[in-house]
Amino acid sequence: MRFWDSLLALVIGLAMWQVLVIVTDAPHFILPSPWRVAQAAYKSRVIIAENLWVTAIEVVLGLLIGTLLGVATAIQLTMSKTFERLMLPILVFTQAVPVFALAPLLTLWFGYGMGSKIVMAVLIIYFPVTSAFHDGLTRIDSGYRDLSLSMDARKRHFLWHIQIPQALPSLGTGLRLAAVYAPIGAVIGEWVGASKGLGYLMLLANGRAKIDLMFASLIVLACLTVMLHIAVGILANRLTCYAQGISKL
Amino acid sequence: MNRSPGILLQGEYRIGDRILFNTDMHIPGAQWTCLLGRSGVGKSTILRLILGLETGGIFDGSFSATDGVPLAGRISYMAQSDLLLPWLSVLDNVCIGARLRGEAPDVNRARDLLHRVGLSDHAAQKPATLSGGMRQRTALARTLFEDRPIVFLDEPFSALDAGTRADMQELAAEVLQERTVLLVTHDPAEAARLAHQITVMSAQGTQNWPVPETAALRHINAAETLACQGQLLAHLRGASV
Repeated sequence: MRFWDSLLALVIGLAMWQVLVIVTDAPHFILPSPWRVAQAAYKSRVIIAENLWVTAIEVVLGLLIGTLLGVATAIQLTMSKTFERLMLPILVFTQAVPVFALAPLLTLWFGYGMGSKIVMAVLIIYFPVTSAFHDGLTRIDSGYRDLSLSMDARKRHFLWHIQIPQALPSLGTGLRLAAVYAPIGAVIGEWVGASKGLGYLMLLANGRAKIDLMFASLIVLACLTVMLHIAVGILANRLTCYAQGISKL
Repeated sequence: MNRSPGILLQGEYRIGDRILFNTDMHIPGAQWTCLLGRSGVGKSTILRLILGLETGGIFDGSFSATDGVPLAGRISYMAQSDLLLPWLSVLDNVCIGARLRGEAPDVNRARDLLHRVGLSDHAAQKPATLSGGMRQRTALARTLFEDRPIVFLDEPFSALDAGTRADMQELAAEVLQERTVLLVTHDPAEAARLAHQITVMSAQGTQNWPVPETAALRHINAAETLACQGQLLAHLRGASV
């Protein structure tokens, strides 16, 4: 049912796009038709695939590294009050700096290759993952805390056996956000300076007035984000099912 | 097990400038003491104080075991909510205390305890698949797994239906024999069935209430149980107006 709903939404979207092209009578270098974009995508399939591969690697690596760093930070914040006191204001302050504004600096530091884009993706997802997981770790049922104290629980075992499993749904929420933000970070990094990737291809196509190719790249990027969102959504659901001890949500 | 010790508690508990209660209690060893009183009088606070849990107020007084050995590490606790961890199996929930202390759990003993509370066939199941009564029996097995001489029960059966509650009372009375039990309850019938000592708590302090002369666990329909229940209820109603 969900598949058919999505297919119907896609058909309606394409039809609206086509109607817009006909009604506005815009030239193809301003607003190409869906058919023209499909033709451009097919003609440039190799170059799109090559650049898609680069962006996908940047996004996935950024997501993995950002998640690992976020999880490690959240655990450290939970374990050490001193670390929490020192680190929380710094984390909040860094959020006041728009990550996009750092893109030129990151390109300067990490070069035109994948490194600067991965760092960009890491920076953009680090805070949502840290914040969501830390929130889950600290919002523990006070009954569990009382029971554990009466059992003479040790702090690290309480963290491992109770806090972390109970916080997995919150981590899933952070990951869902991260899956949407990571491609944005990578593409902005590519816009600022790159020789590969979908963001680079979009800029290149725009500069050469190949708007149909630009649209094709944009659609492929959107498909990448949606697939990532679905994959992470499945993972987040599994985390929630595990934490609730049920087989299906 | 060595004879379970009693507990002596004496002092004044205050929240801000307001005195919540003044108490001088003796909880006899190896017996069931049921603590009753209206809501907010501080029954659960007494449990929490002795357990060393956060209470939000200040206790000026002392509590100690009658055998002179410190109470720390000798009390297990069972709350109104079963507090089972949803992601663990029934068996793993029973063993959780050992894991939280970083010890290797004695799984065979946990299986024996599950057998004792009638849950052998459910050891691998997750708590979400169990009924309310089965969940409380798992919590009881977890309490027994701690194998401590003193057991604090904070209204553990209050959320169960009447039939399951009566079953749980009988099971708890059987498996907790020889232990010092302090049961906080709102239910005069529960106290009349289970108690060796009934303590009624009010803002004025704590006072012991006469228990039926027959031995606990008493029959629900026994005349002395019903009489005790009725008198207790009348007293509690009088205390709340």
